[in-house]
Amino acid sequence: MSTYLSEETQVTDAAVSTRLSSLDTLESEAIHIIREVVAEFEKPALLFSGGKDSVVMLHLATKAFWPGKVPFPVLHVDTGHNFPEVIDFRDRTVERLGLKLVVGSVQEFIDRGELAERADGTRNPLQTVPLLDAIQQNKFDAVFGGGRRDEDKARAKERILSLRDEFGQWDPRNQRPELWNLYNGRHTVGQHVRAFPISNWTELDIWRYIERENIELPGLYYAHEREVFARDGMWRAVGEVSQPRDGEDVITKTVRYRTVGDMSCTGAVESNAFTVSDVVVEVAASTLTERGATRADDRISEAAMEDRKKDGYF
Amino acid sequence: MSTETVLSGSAGGLETALPTTLFRFATAGSVDDGKSTLVGRLLHDSKAILADTLDAVARTSADRGFGGEKGGIDLALLTDGLRAEREQGITIDVAYRYFATDRRSFILADCPGHVQYTKNTVTGASTADAVVVLIDARKGVLEQTRRHLSVLQLLRVAHVIVAVNKIDLVDFSESVFRDIEADVQQVGRELGLGSDGISDLLVVPVSALDGDNVVERSERTPWYTGPALLEVLETLPAADELESHLESFRFPVQLVVRPQGALAPDAVAAGLDVEAYRDYRAYAGQITEGSVKVGDQVSVLTPGQAPRTTTVAGIDFAGKSLEEAAAPQSVAVRLADEFDVARGDTIAAAGTVREASADLYAALCWLSPKPLREGQKVLVKHGTRTVQALVRSVSGKLDLASFKLEGASSLELNDIGHAQLRLAAPLPLENYLHHRRTGAFLVIDPLDGNTLAAGLVKDHPGDHEDERYSI
Repeated sequence: MSTYLSEETQVTDAAVSTRLSSLDTLESEAIHIIREVVAEFEKPALLFSGGKDSVVMLHLATKAFWPGKVPFPVLHVDTGHNFPEVIDFRDRTVERLGLKLVVGSVQEFIDRGELAERADGTRNPLQTVPLLDAIQQNKFDAVFGGGRRDEDKARAKERILSLRDEFGQWDPRNQRPELWNLYNGRHTVGQHVRAFPISNWTELDIWRYIERENIELPGLYYAHEREVFARDGMWRAVGEVSQPRDGEDVITKTVRYRTVGDMSCTGAVESNAFTVSDVVVEVAASTLTERGATRADDRISEAAMEDRKKDGYF
Repeated sequence: MSTETVLSGSAGGLETALPTTLFRFATAGSVDDGKSTLVGRLLHDSKAILADTLDAVARTSADRGFGGEKGGIDLALLTDGLRAEREQGITIDVAYRYFATDRRSFILADCPGHVQYTKNTVTGASTADAVVVLIDARKGVLEQTRRHLSVLQLLRVAHVIVAVNKIDLVDFSESVFRDIEADVQQVGRELGLGSDGISDLLVVPVSALDGDNVVERSERTPWYTGPALLEVLETLPAADELESHLESFRFPVQLVVRPQGALAPDAVAAGLDVEAYRDYRAYAGQITEGSVKVGDQVSVLTPGQAPRTTTVAGIDFAGKSLEEAAAPQSVAVRLADEFDVARGDTIAAAGTVREASADLYAALCWLSPKPLREGQKVLVKHGTRTVQALVRSVSGKLDLASFKLEGASSLELNDIGHAQLRLAAPLPLENYLHHRRTGAFLVIDPLDGNTLAAGLVKDHPGDHEDERYSI
């Protein structure tokens, strides 16, 4: 082993031959976490929206338990404003892997008068109540999420196993220290834990992994022609819940989505990335963060994500 | 050297580049040392900050009247994540940052230094391949620097890099730097840091504000001929490379993969032989140390039982059969004999693990506001097993500034001390000095489940291999 006691010592080339690649290291870490949660919790579930991060999570789970089935259900919080092709993808995936699907419906809560539509029409912030209700009804004690620390400044400080109180709230100032690869998931009745096995992945890692593992995604992640109009500096798809206002011209553009959320707040970016390799190149060269580019809900305030997380959001 | 990042790389570059490897490092120091600025500088100059984030920071900087001649961006804002932190101008919690060069992907644990520095430094250092400790060139080695270095020595961090920051504020003076460097090396010698064959210690003069020696070597420090900070981070061997000489395979069993009838439908659809996998049974886990090959002799360690020896019949990973695997791979291991193996057991290279023990001697980094008292009942989580334990005695507390053990019968938040625990079941404990994974454990409060301490297994008193480590 070399030492660096003096500055004159030449820095040697890092050995690359015997080490795992960063993707293999991240994969191994995520699988370790998924297995720990399954071993230590009574009733875990995986949040599955059909978005790329949750698709990667599910793929990792299939690898963790091969040749067995993924031993937990998937949970989708349906805003009622989803892209139809994403719902179709969700249902096909659940079928293919023989999983149980639990759906928490924002629409049902609105219909029952337990949630009110927001003035801006955005339903992403409304997902918290149905999510917590589904967790409580099904007695899930651990919920896997595809959250990544590179997404947001608040997420950068969240633990891999993140304790939530009886109200689903995250207390950023009172988190357990997370040491070595020893995860402490102990909780009391009423509390649950959010588990984020891909915390350490970046958007580019996700895409490189999707490319390497040949993972299928909903088609709207790749460039396609779509009728759109401009709003808040983003291209919005024309759809049932997303109609142009006066003065917003509808045009046809070649676009793709970098995140897949509620149709009412997710914007598309102009792109010619028709294949996964094209997307890897595009993401690598991008000058905007994925949330900055395409998510109106994170623009509401500087601390938008932090506020929603404290209230029990994903 | 190239500082082109993958973010600015061309498509052609991406296709031809070797796969990058992962390197984890932490930063330790106080706000006053310019740590947030250094982290912001590393991210900014390695082009890891995208335009919209930078715009937001520039707007906030302007709103607060930051800037003047320096260009108007408060780089420290890049790392202050929570609302309270931005409002109070302090960092509350360990934050993780990501950036990449064409050689490596970096995970940076940014550890605040002013409050609960021990808790944060221990947390960040527990997974780090290297730790960067900041010193203000105008102040030199302070008591806090000694404390930080002491914690890093205790946690066996492989590489300690001391960044002497604000070198611009001492007019890029070589003599100031050399004096501080000599002080750092003196502290290192007292601790055994950098001269123990386990860790190394490097000192770099930097200006985080202006970027000197952060990403590029600076022309303003011509007397310094060593590498810039990022160059150091790109080339130091990671902990798993340094530990690759360890031949002793260690594999804590996480769970048993035994699908019986419940085979994955997608695997079956892809042609999995249902008959052949009807009685499939494998032990899933992550290799914490060493490597294993099919045919190797291994021992299964189950608490309260004599080790059982068998051979490795197969190593599986998601449909692939591997000939061999090494730390830190997650795999599933099949054994030749049908032993009853369960979560909490450890599979290890045959004959390399000493007898499991119910007597635990350890250094404890106390991380909770609830103090540790003798006679207290706690939980100990080691590998994949959690057992009850009784704190029999606290034998002293470390004075981090003098590196001496003082008498103490309790430990409080941020204290590091020695304790003896009696475990309800024996565990295959190993000395942390040589085994950063199987020598580590958590102390957990059985009442509320909170983590109370980070524990480092020590040899039994009188059984020390080297008194230097007996803090």
